[in-house]
Amino acid sequence: MSLLHVHDLYVEYETPAGPARAVNGVSLDLDRGEFLAIVGESGCGKSTLLFAIAQLLSYPARMTGGVVQFDGLDLTALKPEELRRHRWRDVSVVMQSAMNALNPTLSIGAQLADVCRAHTEWDDRQIADRSAEVLSMVSIDPAHLKSYPFQLSGGMRQRAMIAMALLLEPKLVIMDEPTSALDVVAQRSLMRQIHALRERLGFSVLFVTHDMSVVSHFSDRLAVMYAGEVVELGSTRAVFDDPQHPYSVGLMDAFPSLLGDLKPLTGIPGNPPSLVEPPPGCLFAPRCPNATDACRTTRPELLSDDSRSVRCHLVHPLEVP
Amino acid sequence: MSNAVLSVESITRLFRVGGLRTRGTLHAIDDVTFEVGASEIVALVGESGSGKSTIARVLAGLYPPSEGRILFEGQSVGRRPSRRVRGRMPMVFQDPFGSINPVLRVGHGIERALKLHRPELSGEQRHDAAVSLLERVGLLPGAEVLRRFPHELSGGQRQRLGFAQALASRPSLILADEPVSMLDVSIRIGLLNVMRDLRDREGVSILYITHDLASARYVADRMIVLYAGRIVETGRTEDVISHPQHPYTRLLMSTAPDPRLPLSDDASLTDLGEPPKVINPGPGCRFAPRCPLATDACRVATPRLRAVSTDQDVACFAVTGE
Repeated sequence: MSLLHVHDLYVEYETPAGPARAVNGVSLDLDRGEFLAIVGESGCGKSTLLFAIAQLLSYPARMTGGVVQFDGLDLTALKPEELRRHRWRDVSVVMQSAMNALNPTLSIGAQLADVCRAHTEWDDRQIADRSAEVLSMVSIDPAHLKSYPFQLSGGMRQRAMIAMALLLEPKLVIMDEPTSALDVVAQRSLMRQIHALRERLGFSVLFVTHDMSVVSHFSDRLAVMYAGEVVELGSTRAVFDDPQHPYSVGLMDAFPSLLGDLKPLTGIPGNPPSLVEPPPGCLFAPRCPNATDACRTTRPELLSDDSRSVRCHLVHPLEVP
Repeated sequence: MSNAVLSVESITRLFRVGGLRTRGTLHAIDDVTFEVGASEIVALVGESGSGKSTIARVLAGLYPPSEGRILFEGQSVGRRPSRRVRGRMPMVFQDPFGSINPVLRVGHGIERALKLHRPELSGEQRHDAAVSLLERVGLLPGAEVLRRFPHELSGGQRQRLGFAQALASRPSLILADEPVSMLDVSIRIGLLNVMRDLRDREGVSILYITHDLASARYVADRMIVLYAGRIVETGRTEDVISHPQHPYTRLLMSTAPDPRLPLSDDASLTDLGEPPKVINPGPGCRFAPRCPLATDACRVATPRLRAVSTDQDVACFAVTGE
């Protein structure tokens, strides 16, 4: 059985113009120890999906359908108190901006201890030992337990956030763009560290990013999201080497390389569709260079063949009845 | 280069930092010299804290350099650049959401720039000029976009608007401070193409400030790599990318995420990668504490930029063999 099972998940935001469907029927499975990356552009629903999985949605967002099971446990049915016990021990979250997620008025040690007191019965000695241990795991000298966030650099703050997430040895760590505020060198070093920690401790990672090149060498599988839907899902290497959905193809061709000949690139013209009044057929059809009439009228399903799933009529043609 | 639009001669910008007991001087940029030629895109590449935005702000006249001289179109720019100079060298900002007034229509910003910098135009000519400016950066149809409010434009469109506004004063050089870093990946390339078009069709030079080597390679003719306020390497973009010489440029190259490359055993394994804040610096190369090639000489003397080939200069004792 997979560690995390998400089936047909829908999330809507209430807006003055009507409900905006930010997550539109997403299904995912994550195995123990697996690293799954979710990539997509702003507004594609990737962060909303993470929040729904962590059961952190709040008004105006609302889960309107679907299943989220963790280790066989139906998270959507849990009461707040039961959820609280599950959080951090089973699933922890690393937020995007450590700058905002850490409390500027408390030392790192105090914030780590806060987590331990809320979720364990440990005494001060145990808390201090474990705090020092997790900081060392992310290559921060335990002397920094006494430091305040402003005394750490951006990369160290982000690593401190990861240390905090690992305090109670969770089975799943959810990461929402943890590297996006960092410079390239620090970014690469953080990715390596996450990768090494996962090998050592065996937790699963669900990693959201807008920059697919960041995860290219680190994730096992890659899900590409567009306008609230997963449009392609497969092993990371395979999706990079041979993207099949026209949106994935466009994304791959959208960033220049440091290698090879310099060729003119075009990106993907146009903008994502309205989530309040989505187009009737494929949501990508208005921007798709190869869209057919069928694409504009019938919504494609996410269909699998071998280990790859793609939501596209051009890859999986409609069967004419 | 005699036809340089902009030449920057050993500028330094210091900031006072700290409280009573910790007072110090932050060297945001230190002895920086470079030129931008006509119809040329020059990329200023560096990480946060490298001084790249400080250079843009000094050039835009937001604060004067502490030392050094700036020559623009052959004339020295004083402590505060004149309106003419600001018009000929406008700036495009990083944040397309924070840099446009949300309560005024798109037309307002552009027509205002036209009014200030081209007062000879009549109202009708101004409108036509505004439409043409929008269309030159790919905002079509211009007349319709002119009537919209900023919130009706996407991030990419707003950033194009930023370039249209900059073009209104008929610039010879545009200062573009990370103009694409806040945009989605699929939109970025369109804007980089706008920059290339402006150079090729309008003959505008651009100082492109970025942390992204790959996009610098895509648009820039020449590249300047900054580390901790100093230039460590400059050269033609292709030369620097294909033969990076300075150990820092090499580190940047090896850590740039590129799915097309295999994962190399790069220095980020051991290097946690944070450029220093340069407060009350002593002599020596600022990269030395992180440098795999550093020798004692690197810690006592400051390396100067030296030519390693035609058109490629490096500030490193280990490379230039001094």
